[in-house]
Amino acid sequence: MTLNGEEVDVFFASYKTLLEVLREDLGHTGTKHGCELGECGACAVLLDGKPVLSCLVLALECDGRNVMTVEGLAADGNLHPLQEAFADLGAAQCGYCTPAILVTAKALLDENAHPSRDQIREALSGNLCRCTGYQQIFEAVEAAVVRIAEQRNQLT
Amino acid sequence: MGFGRHMPKQKEWPDLPVKDSPADAEALRVIGVSRRRIDARAKVTGQTRFADDISLPRIAYCKLLRSPHPHALIKRIDVSRAFAHPGVYLVLTGKDLPIRYGILPVSQDEQALCTDHVRHVGDPVAAVIAREELTAFEALDLIDVQYEILTTISDPQQALETPEPRIHDYGEEGNIHKRIALEFGNVEDGFAEADEIFEDTFFYEGSTHLAIEQHAALATKDPEGKLTIWSCTQTPHYLHRALAKVLEMPPAHIRVIATPNGGGFGGKSEPFPHEMIVAKAALLLDRPVKICLTREEVFYCHRGRHPVLMKFKTGVKKDGSITSMQLQTLVDGGAYGSYGVASAFYTGALQTTTYHIPRYRFQACRTFTNKPPCGPKRGHGTVQPRFGQEIQLDKIAEKLEIDPAELRLRIVESPNTLTANFLTLGTVGLAECLRRVVRSSGWNEKFRKLPEGHGVGLACSAYLTGAGLPIYWNNMPHSGVQLKLDRGGGVTVFCGASEIGQGSDDVLAAIVAEVLGIDTFDVRVYTGDTDLGPVDLGSYSSRVTLMAGNAALQAAERARAMLAEAVSKRFEVPQHRLRFVQKHVFDSAAPERRVSFPEAICLAEAQFGTIGTVGSYTPPKSSALYKGGGVGPSPTYSYTAAVVEAVVDPVTGWVTVPKVWIAHDIGRALNPPLVRGQIEGGVYMGLGEALMEEQEFRRLPKKLSHALVHKFPSILEYKSPTALDMPEVVTELIEDPDPRGPFGAKEVGQGPLLPVMPAVANAVYDAVGVRIDEVPITPEKIVKALAEKKAGRAPRFGPSHFPPIHWPEALRVPPPWEGGDGQAVNDVRRQKKPDAEKEKVSAS
Amino acid sequence: MMRLPRFEFRAPRKLEEAARILAGEGTAALPLAGGTDLLPNMKRRQQVPRTLVSLRRVEALRENEIGPAGSRLGACLTPAEIAGDLRFRNGLTALWQAASQVATPQIRNQATLGGNICLDTRCNYYDQNYEWRKSIGFCLKKDGTTCWVAPGSPKCLAVSSTDTAPALLALGARVRLVSHSSEREVPLSALYDNDGIHYMRKMPDELLAEVLLDSLHGWKSTYWKLRRRGSFDFPVLSVAAAVRFSNQGVVEEARIVVGSVASRPLIAEEAEKFLRGRSLNQEAIAECARLAARVAKPLDNTDFDMSWRKRVTTQFVSYALQELRGDDLQSERTRWTHLALPF
Repeated sequence: MTLNGEEVDVFFASYKTLLEVLREDLGHTGTKHGCELGECGACAVLLDGKPVLSCLVLALECDGRNVMTVEGLAADGNLHPLQEAFADLGAAQCGYCTPAILVTAKALLDENAHPSRDQIREALSGNLCRCTGYQQIFEAVEAAVVRIAEQRNQLT
Repeated sequence: MGFGRHMPKQKEWPDLPVKDSPADAEALRVIGVSRRRIDARAKVTGQTRFADDISLPRIAYCKLLRSPHPHALIKRIDVSRAFAHPGVYLVLTGKDLPIRYGILPVSQDEQALCTDHVRHVGDPVAAVIAREELTAFEALDLIDVQYEILTTISDPQQALETPEPRIHDYGEEGNIHKRIALEFGNVEDGFAEADEIFEDTFFYEGSTHLAIEQHAALATKDPEGKLTIWSCTQTPHYLHRALAKVLEMPPAHIRVIATPNGGGFGGKSEPFPHEMIVAKAALLLDRPVKICLTREEVFYCHRGRHPVLMKFKTGVKKDGSITSMQLQTLVDGGAYGSYGVASAFYTGALQTTTYHIPRYRFQACRTFTNKPPCGPKRGHGTVQPRFGQEIQLDKIAEKLEIDPAELRLRIVESPNTLTANFLTLGTVGLAECLRRVVRSSGWNEKFRKLPEGHGVGLACSAYLTGAGLPIYWNNMPHSGVQLKLDRGGGVTVFCGASEIGQGSDDVLAAIVAEVLGIDTFDVRVYTGDTDLGPVDLGSYSSRVTLMAGNAALQAAERARAMLAEAVSKRFEVPQHRLRFVQKHVFDSAAPERRVSFPEAICLAEAQFGTIGTVGSYTPPKSSALYKGGGVGPSPTYSYTAAVVEAVVDPVTGWVTVPKVWIAHDIGRALNPPLVRGQIEGGVYMGLGEALMEEQEFRRLPKKLSHALVHKFPSILEYKSPTALDMPEVVTELIEDPDPRGPFGAKEVGQGPLLPVMPAVANAVYDAVGVRIDEVPITPEKIVKALAEKKAGRAPRFGPSHFPPIHWPEALRVPPPWEGGDGQAVNDVRRQKKPDAEKEKVSAS
Repeated sequence: MMRLPRFEFRAPRKLEEAARILAGEGTAALPLAGGTDLLPNMKRRQQVPRTLVSLRRVEALRENEIGPAGSRLGACLTPAEIAGDLRFRNGLTALWQAASQVATPQIRNQATLGGNICLDTRCNYYDQNYEWRKSIGFCLKKDGTTCWVAPGSPKCLAVSSTDTAPALLALGARVRLVSHSSEREVPLSALYDNDGIHYMRKMPDELLAEVLLDSLHGWKSTYWKLRRRGSFDFPVLSVAAAVRFSNQGVVEEARIVVGSVASRPLIAEEAEKFLRGRSLNQEAIAECARLAARVAKPLDNTDFDMSWRKRVTTQFVSYALQELRGDDLQSERTRWTHLALPF
């Protein structure tokens, strides 16, 4: 499969989910787990650009597909604006739910460059956080929206 | 809040001041500035190494077999089939780890694996270590255990009525773990003086921490042959001590590394069976052994909020002042002691810290039950009685026809005083918190004025900033920090504190950076490692900012003094003229006379030899000298006031909370976004407890089964609010620095949770006129209460019965204003000098 | 952490191939579509198939046609695709609202319509991990002999927990079932049985391939879901309603379905009959709601108190009918779902 833009080959026990293969066979421990049953969202990754729960995806089903994890968010040596915003605005406290929220938010912004607060809430409604109360997370996403727009304007 | 304003000014610094001015001398450049926390980058790139992220070559995996019975004796265990299963390396049972341990010296009642007595569904009985986790799981089914079923004890009421079989063979008697009776002043006199007396019974359901990170630990025999264990613990020092005891090893040969916790909230603050087990297995196998608990197993570890039944009797004058308060609590302890004795004391200790209570009697009874053990959860034991007290105050305000905010303002305790139970208060910002939430919420325009179905509720609270006494009796510091200063200008902070998400690493770096005039990016922090850092007791009771912070402050000031002396000698200027700003040390009278921070270090090293400083912190001695006075004292207390708006549908009882206003007396916010995050996180967790969280158990029909199981040990069915369920929170900080805290800081990790639940209950009353005197406040309870109201009966839902308990004779401690000295006048045990090691009940 | 049990894996590319494998393996094989229900069940050892037959590569199951004359929806259409497709509005609103409220955004990206229609029934005593179920001596639905919801009950009382099925029933849907040897089309209502174990009248080797909808021109439909939180949770009560009005605003045809109060979605026939020929005024709505709630006999097998769920049934039917007659119930919807979903 393609992992964060690079092709990888990996051998793994066939009963493993994508979550387990990422963490245990590919050394990408950025993606976390809180329940392994699809009930918390901590294992979210992007599969062919869409947020899914990697604990409920068989690794066997990922042949030839495109996976993005938190490790792939930074580009050209720079953090993604979402990462910068989360870091600066207190959106990560213990940081355990953060990778899943980051990739889910990235998918949101890829699809909708200017989401409303309600749309951000809905997009992140599948990610539980026990630390922040979500408010600073929403603000960080909104700040990233502004920063991404600024970057786009600078390019054009 | 614009993103640009909060970009870290890591590389942009203001120009050097030209002339010295008092303002410049006072100006803080790190403390109080909104900054990216030092561990943020690691967290947002997924590089933070949580316990389950760590792996080593030849790693083996451990799974635990747990009791399926709530109460039973183990007659026989046969592990031979499991041991023979391909891929299995080792099987352990109770006989391999029989030594008892526990977080409190007075309740060392746990075994890593039960030898003969299982006390709740989930109690660990055997451990399989295998090459793959799935193999270990498959082998569990091959272990044969023969149990003899004992009577299931489901709740405190049954525990009181069922002295046999005993869940533990220690404790007061039968299945009563601990009873407490303390009296400060003659409460009956106070009731006689009162114009009105209020008696109310409340129930606070248990809840669990539900940190997203499940407990995990990895143990290994390191290359030198010593034990190293990584674990997501909040208390590496206490784990260190327990491992030494259970493994019968010198602590010097054990290294505990507390990995950054993916949330703790009190659920990871004591030694656990799985930690002992992987340590033992790693030593026996000489290979790394890891365990990661499933979510269900985390529910069985629990150590969460004790369910508490409370009965308040409060006497007041017409003006609202309290003449007397009596509080009785019945505490459901679960199967083991845990922090429970301290928890039981906490169900009464802090009632006196918010409003002046001249006479106070407190009685508590903790029982054992056959459920996962309860322990400390954010707010530790003070949450439940705060719920009761704040609702009762609302009822009092209504009867006396005083506005609830006004009533509280009249009776707020004074700063820097002793309470009836000899707690020494520091700054008390509660009045200002009240005024702020009243103003920001529009309280006066809304309270009792909103249309049917809409309401606002108000509540206050206080919380300690670090327990004044350690868990085990000793005279040593509670926190220590070592600093190393490198010639290149880097500063390394070593401290035993553990980062559980609250930002403690950042606090340490910020304090050091502020004092030395450098940037937090120049500071490296090593925490939670018993080999590297001096002891810090752990991340619990909101102690780290104040205690580790003060230790860091002392170490940094000592380092600064050495550098100042060396620089002063170099320039021949008096030390007091030197400023440490922007990675330079310069003469304030002539700023061109300066050296860089690294140069200053080199000067100091040349003068003194290798530079290193230490700082430590021990809380001031408490005045609560009576037995039981070990729980409650703290260097200072934080205060919070909250207003909650609720919308209640009168037909279905459906409750929503659209908005919360909260003001917190924090002393000083060391890093505003982090402080705000703690407050909003506290509100979040409070709303969860108020509306939907329940650690509830199901007793199957007795004729058909002895089973007592957790109703829903999953993160789906145990309800925690999602992004869609969280209302808007308006946060205000009251900053009146308290000199007891570093730069005046007090706690923020737990206090803001407390007022939320009673504020919700009070808001529901304002909305539809019914009292829900318990949590969670759910639609069907509101519907039932509305039906009662309609039928002309008391418009409430909640407990009405507090069972008769045989209380011991109360220890009588005259309060300060009656000439008391903090000691009991009738403590029989004080006649002979008590062995401090055994007698002292320590705090959490 | 929890791990899947060991299994064999087959990945057919054609529907016939998938059907053939299922027929050959018998009950030891289960089809795998999104896996969002099956994989958790496997991790908890509620379902332990020897072989998983992945349907991911079967293109035919993702084909769909949506139009004014009717629709054919491939079983592997995801709830996210339904929620995001503007064609699922107007008459098909109930399906759109139901799909939008399944679980969470991530699960909606992976789950399938077919999987949701065939969703395993749920219960407080069944949807638990292996060790938990062992400690209660298992239950009637899996490995035990007692239904703990009602110990005297001869049949399993696990709850139907699908969001899309009640909506599809209100829309008069049919399904096409394909097996190795045959193919049949049945009304969706004929697919279900009110039994927590045998809740689907389909052979183990039959695959639900397609959902068929006739033209819904002139219909209005809506779906209300009750759950504790704004996401994650399964429905503990749902109401799907669809009405076709005459030019004078009188109800010509009505379908009212109450979900998650039995082992299958229940059709409130009495309530439907009552509405025909009436206009949706306050009295008619109230009486219809009362009649519809009569079919709801919730038990203590889900979140929330069961008598309270019954009370909400009446309220939800009222809400649904008010919406269908054109009232703006946005604020009620937001209060119950924590998210504004435009009707």
